[in-house]
Amino acid sequence: MCNQSVGLIQRQIEYTGITTVSISLLREITEKTRPPRALFVPYPLGYPLGEPNNADLQTRIIQAAFALLPRNDCPVLETLTP
Amino acid sequence: MARMEDVEFKERLFLKGYPFSHYSPRPGDPRANAVTPLRKPLSACIVALVTTAGLSLPEQPPFDLTIRNGDSSFREIPSDISPQLLEMNQRSWSFDQTGILRDRNLTFPLDRLREMQQRGEIGALSPHSYSFMGSIVGPSRLMTESAPAVARRLKADNVDVVLLTPV
Repeated sequence: MCNQSVGLIQRQIEYTGITTVSISLLREITEKTRPPRALFVPYPLGYPLGEPNNADLQTRIIQAAFALLPRNDCPVLETLTP
Repeated sequence: MARMEDVEFKERLFLKGYPFSHYSPRPGDPRANAVTPLRKPLSACIVALVTTAGLSLPEQPPFDLTIRNGDSSFREIPSDISPQLLEMNQRSWSFDQTGILRDRNLTFPLDRLREMQQRGEIGALSPHSYSFMGSIVGPSRLMTESAPAVARRLKADNVDVVLLTPV
């Protein structure tokens, strides 16, 4: 349900005039909730930024998500490439 | 990789029958396809976080795990705290909580954004970020009250970019 809640909150924030991007852990749910921009990551539930105490990996995932911000061909759903 | 098979059987059955379209904006609702283009380089943007991990400060009331359709309230988190101070109240046991308990940055990366600010990759970290508890099966109040309230607060802080993370 978290992935759905994120989609609903994200669309509301985007509607208010703020550019948004989310991390997705369940592609099936994100395809249904259709948030404006999402980065699907190949990690288990509970690990949206990869690994605990792995700052390099966490930063790389955030940077990959931010790279989607200029995209306006929404809904954008890309997959993190290692 | 998380697959639907990882979700507990009971919850998976629930998700299969869940009326996602019912809670999606209707065609014609401006929220359905709203797109806000990025108006400046990221290095000039104010950035905020929104998580659904159910994180809260020790002095804040924890999320209520007993509300039948899910607690749709939110907690405002000052961005200058150490994320490791945050407590987690989460109704969903369909995910492994141990990673986040070891490192809150896994879902609420305040430390990472501060580093990106120091390197000049983002303009600034907004003074406030926000936390929800994700398992909201009846999201009507989320859609009519708490999500719009958070969106207004973000706007009041002149936030340009929001990163949202589920668990």
